[in-house]
Amino acid sequence: MSQADATQAAPPKREKLFTADGTPLRKALERANRRRKLTALALVGPLLAFILIFFAFPIAQMMWRSVDNPQIVNALPRTLQALDTWDGQGVPNEAVFAALHADMIEDLDRPRREQTIGPLGIRLNYELSAARSAISRTSRAVQNFDAPYSDAFMDAHRLWGQPELWRIIKREGRPLTLSYYIAATDREYDEAGNIVKRPENRQIYVSLFGRTLALSLAITFMTFALGFPIAYFLANMPMRYANLLMIAVLLPFWTSLLVRTSAWIVLLQQQGVINELLVNIGLISDGNRISMIYNQTGTIIAMTHILLPFMVLPLYSVMRTIPVSYTRAAKSLGATPWTAFRRVYFPQTLPGIGAGGVLVFIISIGYYITPALVGGQSGRMISNEIARHIQQSLNWGLAAALGTMLLVGVLVLYWLYNRLVGADSLKFG
Amino acid sequence: MSSTTKLFGLSAAVSVLALSAAAQDPVSLTIVSWGGAYTTSQQRAYHEPFMEANPHVTINNDDGSANALAGLRAQSQAGNVTWDLVDMLPSDAQLACDEGIIMQIDHDEMLAAAPDGTPASEDFLPGSLGECFIPQIVYSTILTVRPGAFPDDAQPETIMDLFDVENFPGRRALQDRPGTNLEWALYADGVDPDDIYDVLSTPEGVDRAFAKLDTIKDHIIFWTEGAQAPQLLADGEVAFATGYNGRMFEAIEVEGMDARIVYDGQIVEWDGWVVPADGPNLDVVMDYLYFATDTQRLADQAKYIPYGPARASSAALVGDHADLGIDMNQHMPTAPENYFAPIILDNDFWVDYGDELRERFANWMLQ
Repeated sequence: MSQADATQAAPPKREKLFTADGTPLRKALERANRRRKLTALALVGPLLAFILIFFAFPIAQMMWRSVDNPQIVNALPRTLQALDTWDGQGVPNEAVFAALHADMIEDLDRPRREQTIGPLGIRLNYELSAARSAISRTSRAVQNFDAPYSDAFMDAHRLWGQPELWRIIKREGRPLTLSYYIAATDREYDEAGNIVKRPENRQIYVSLFGRTLALSLAITFMTFALGFPIAYFLANMPMRYANLLMIAVLLPFWTSLLVRTSAWIVLLQQQGVINELLVNIGLISDGNRISMIYNQTGTIIAMTHILLPFMVLPLYSVMRTIPVSYTRAAKSLGATPWTAFRRVYFPQTLPGIGAGGVLVFIISIGYYITPALVGGQSGRMISNEIARHIQQSLNWGLAAALGTMLLVGVLVLYWLYNRLVGADSLKFG
Repeated sequence: MSSTTKLFGLSAAVSVLALSAAAQDPVSLTIVSWGGAYTTSQQRAYHEPFMEANPHVTINNDDGSANALAGLRAQSQAGNVTWDLVDMLPSDAQLACDEGIIMQIDHDEMLAAAPDGTPASEDFLPGSLGECFIPQIVYSTILTVRPGAFPDDAQPETIMDLFDVENFPGRRALQDRPGTNLEWALYADGVDPDDIYDVLSTPEGVDRAFAKLDTIKDHIIFWTEGAQAPQLLADGEVAFATGYNGRMFEAIEVEGMDARIVYDGQIVEWDGWVVPADGPNLDVVMDYLYFATDTQRLADQAKYIPYGPARASSAALVGDHADLGIDMNQHMPTAPENYFAPIILDNDFWVDYGDELRERFANWMLQ
């Protein structure tokens, strides 16, 4: 309205405003804005590039790996074509075996680094035990095979006579696969190609996800229960004492993770400091030492200690900014100390609790060194399985599927948190 | 004509000079191994003598063997191979070989013959050579007991005793993977060592092994890293621990831990070298391999750690421990008095069935 007034009030001939050198003001303003935007971009540029190269790109690559499935397509193009007409029942006909023979012979002539039969065997073994040795044993003998090839193959390894191996080759002979996700949810294909639950004694990942969630929640709650009083105590202290005591929170924070974990082992094990003390003062008998480590208790205790600073620091920084006068005012209006705390003080700490809780929860859901060392069999988390698949079994596809599920799970939980509490209320300092 | 010859001669002389200078350029090798007493034994038996003979070579140790397969694959896919030589288990070597990320080995061409002229392929212990794998030692996974946990007249002597919680109470430290545990469960259940893998490749056999493990489940602490097993014994946390015989020797003989090795049912396996494909210093690596796997050098390693040399011709040269002066022969897993009931680890079996059994084992641990 006012702008319209201004233009109307101006003399009709001077419709535009000009700068001293005669450029229209609007243009000059745009140019200045553009320059400022470019400067801003140049300033955040390095960080943006850093995040893209070292964070976004690897994560995208990891997620890609969970569906990428090149091994069978690369190794057996002719076989897959010949399998097109196979109905999935019984052993395929001679034409398929001839195609397989041709594929394997061709592979032998490639330079070793480009051979596809080795990776094929490793890939098939994820779906069917002993498939790797079927492939490698056959590949060593394939040069001497004569027609009819089906007999030669079945002589070389029993698995060639099993329809299951062929069904897997046909099913997984596509550049993309869902099989890693199917395995990551404790499922598998049955004979008819339906996705069904695995036999009970091979189901692990779903219950491990559940346990990881439960342990992380327990740890988050423990850090809150222990951290809240500490932060309150520190925040309501004269600054110079608070700073001094803050060292008690920060010193463990700066100590190596492995040192702290080992210290807990020394303290908590059955022949450890705490059990020894309890036995010596006669609280428990020598034969009834408490198992506090190599189980879930160990994981919760050690991780609570390790993650405590991540709860205390945001809480402390929020509590520092809460004026004491509010509580005093409440009390002067007749509130009991408990009511004043509950209705006036505590609600103001919620942004700190939210920040600390989200921080601790998300860190603990992906933790793996501490659970691996003190968790025993019942205190292991999903990250231990992911690490095992990356480092030992080398099933990177399955590790990527599990990792993606973990990532998406965290994002969903964060989204829920945002809907329920509001992420804008998070305060880290 | 003559000037051309001169020129040719001159340039040849220059290139010879350049070549000899290149041969003496400082080279730094990164050798990946298992760390601890084992790397020390390699440092003293192989690395130091080799560096002395080749002053331009420096050898750096990297303790990354536990995850060497993942490292090799990552380096190969990134196209930036920084490891020169890797100490690896044969099952991992087989997988790496299948993937084409390590070099194939022509054993007779690349390795020294025995002093009596026997070619390498015949001198290395039967079955130990792999397509891409050069064996170095024979080690075993053994049971170790803490004598103080039991009365003097009723000490555990067999793998059956590991599974007998009534007569031998106390907790047991086992490795957190199916390998060795399933073999021992079947062995303790009465399966003949030679038949173990046949039984284990049937579903009934696997069930049988897990049923046997169930009987001691409430008494198990699982260990992950090789160093944890002797630590748990030394702390008095467990009465039994499984572990690698070299680490247990180190803890008992060198550090004075009160424990005793039970050789019954020892699980015997090789360990050795693989060469990453496309490594930067292949020539020097080949020199090193020729040197470090000859008869004398393999026997030398046994001065520092009780792992048996993988060459038949080295056996006679095994002597006393370099620092302790004790005879190493009696501490070798392959010494006749220790080798009475060995189970030879079947790497093909574990390459084939490992994925499935690891899942089953993880499920069993979670229950």
